[in-house]
Amino acid sequence: MFERLKAMLVKEFIQTFRDPRMRVVLFVLPMIQTVIFGYAVNMDVRKIPTAVIDRDNSPQSRELLQVLFASGHFRDSIRLDTEQQASRLLDAGSVRVALVINHGLAQQLGAGRTATIQALVDGSDSNTAGVILGYLSRFAEAQNIRLLTEKAARSGLTPSTAPRLESRAWFNPDLASPPFYVPAVIANILYIITMLLSAMAVVREKEIGTIEQVIVTPIRKYDFILGKTVPFVLIGYANVLLISLVGWLVFRVPVRGSIFLLILATGLFLMSSLGTGLFLSTISQTQQQAKMSAFFIIFIAMLLSGFAFPVDNMPLPVQWLTVINPVRWFMEIIRGLYLKGVGLSILWKQFGMLLLIGTMVLVTAVVRFRKTVG
Amino acid sequence: MTSVSSGAKDSVRRITAVGRKEFLHVLRDPRSLALGILMPLIMLFLFGYALTLDVDRVPLAVWDQDNSPASRELISRFEGSRYFSLRSHATSYADLEQAVDRREALIALVIPPDFADRLEQPGSATIQVILDGSDPNTATIAQGYAEAIALSWSRQVVMQQLLRRAPYALKAPQLEIRPRVWFNTDLVSRNFIFPGLIPVIMMIVAALLTSLSMAREWETGTMEQLVTMPVRRWELIAGKLAPYFCIGVVDLLLSVGVGYYIFSVPLKGSLLLLSGLSLLFLVGALSVGMLISIIAKSQLLASQLALLVTVLPAFLLSGFIFPLENMPAPIQAVSHIVVARYFVTILRGIYLKDVGLAVLWPQALFLLGFALLILTVAVQKFRKKLG
Repeated sequence: MFERLKAMLVKEFIQTFRDPRMRVVLFVLPMIQTVIFGYAVNMDVRKIPTAVIDRDNSPQSRELLQVLFASGHFRDSIRLDTEQQASRLLDAGSVRVALVINHGLAQQLGAGRTATIQALVDGSDSNTAGVILGYLSRFAEAQNIRLLTEKAARSGLTPSTAPRLESRAWFNPDLASPPFYVPAVIANILYIITMLLSAMAVVREKEIGTIEQVIVTPIRKYDFILGKTVPFVLIGYANVLLISLVGWLVFRVPVRGSIFLLILATGLFLMSSLGTGLFLSTISQTQQQAKMSAFFIIFIAMLLSGFAFPVDNMPLPVQWLTVINPVRWFMEIIRGLYLKGVGLSILWKQFGMLLLIGTMVLVTAVVRFRKTVG
Repeated sequence: MTSVSSGAKDSVRRITAVGRKEFLHVLRDPRSLALGILMPLIMLFLFGYALTLDVDRVPLAVWDQDNSPASRELISRFEGSRYFSLRSHATSYADLEQAVDRREALIALVIPPDFADRLEQPGSATIQVILDGSDPNTATIAQGYAEAIALSWSRQVVMQQLLRRAPYALKAPQLEIRPRVWFNTDLVSRNFIFPGLIPVIMMIVAALLTSLSMAREWETGTMEQLVTMPVRRWELIAGKLAPYFCIGVVDLLLSVGVGYYIFSVPLKGSLLLLSGLSLLFLVGALSVGMLISIIAKSQLLASQLALLVTVLPAFLLSGFIFPLENMPAPIQAVSHIVVARYFVTILRGIYLKDVGLAVLWPQALFLLGFALLILTVAVQKFRKKLG
């Protein structure tokens, strides 16, 4: 009985890897993608290009600016004379914020009055603008504490120090992005490649008519299904290994949790992705249909998986919808394993959901497959 | 003269014929057509309603070892902020660890036992903040919020202490930063996301639809019929692109319409300029899909290539969500050949800043050059030969 399965597997492997470009697509591109994701996806806002119009040009104004730029959040890009110049640069997007210090800042501060710095902020990128506003208000607050204690010291009072915050990040002390995104790439790549491959591989045979040749061979349905899925299971595991290696070698992202749990979770996740692929192949006549349907599912599942947009921030009805999304559960597992090194005592719910969804999808697909194909 | 015009007429006739055939192909597969229109709609609604990078109500755990009026006041400031939601009171580090592991807390405050006493001394009173680094984006933003709350509370503490010690009014100078936000005054993230989403959607749809159109002919053997037809190469490609161009226009109208009427994203600039440049981008995006289809010759390979060459760069390297400025120089250099990047800049400029070609001409020129280049390469690469 294994003879037939073996023959089928050999055929599938030959077919998948015959085109050398396909080998590149299946193994090299996921690694490149990991590198790009690791480097590119970074929500950190630093070195914001800043224009300055310093009309006061006093020791006080220069000191304030120096402190502001020393934080590393802002970059001292250009000094200007007029608001018109600033407005042109904001229009073109070459600076994100322009600070205007008018005459009299030093004088007002010296007289114990309130001095104002005007900040023109480009609000078109609302995320960055929000961060900029936050930095500016914290900067003003910190300066005010300094001005207050200095004044107190001059009046002969003991300058009391303000309470400080000491931040410490667990799991990822530098709050770096790669540990967050490398596991996410694994989930993305696995889902896309395995679903697309399995859906299109079956439909391809239908479309170009070779399925009839397969049917007249003594291969049974289960051999056919296994032949169309086992190679992709192996490709999936190979990708997990490759991406993990790139994550470790390039970004020093280790797997903290149990490797066994990683293998188990990948297997459960592949049940969902391959099951969906098989199911799509039963309802599609052409590869175009299979591909469009697969991408439709892939995009929605990706966007609702929490890979970049936290599930907790979604409206409640949408959060309920994500319960049936296998990518969401796999994403939580794989991030837990990578970053926190937690085990089944924390992740049992996610494993359970993945098993439940995978079983349902796979059983539905196989039942439908037996009825429709051949 | 007559021969030129009759030649042009023949050309149009042949393009129309190929276009009709391709239209029939598209219409015969209503599901793919429906998905080509449904997919953009769903993405628009997801990004309009559900997906946001705004961080608020970050789950917070507190371990107040001091339990003094001062520590309680600080905690109440966190409770009162819309950025935090106090979920649990811990009594040990083990409690905090549990809460963070279960994602019941993304940030934790630890207030030391002698906090109130230390506040009175000129020494240093510290509050420990523990962040869940496994979600670095949210953690960084939450850290910023926590600092802001702590700073404003600190200032009040210092002020009160000084007033107690010096009952005569202490008049200290103050610095005020008065921000004025331009372009998207209320910082509505939707207004920022939408103009960037349109290029991504158009790139995805254009590449998905066209990337199989030639590969299919190769794989199913109908390429032989196409090759024997008395049609020039560029006419064949133009005809094949025609129906997908129409779908792209429908998607564009839908995107702009949904943005305007449902999500009330204001369009400050010229609709005419927007339409013109969008069509230019659409031609470029469709041509990329066509080129992939011509090169790949296999539908499976073509769809994987389309995903990796068009969809992912449009998503990651266009500045649509992830700011390009923060990326390392080599990746920024790569982003310069991502055509969606220029279209994102154009649409943001038109939508939010009301700038015209006077500012946007370099980007517009790139769109034009890109479309011409890819179309030419596609025509060149397409050989009317078999085997």
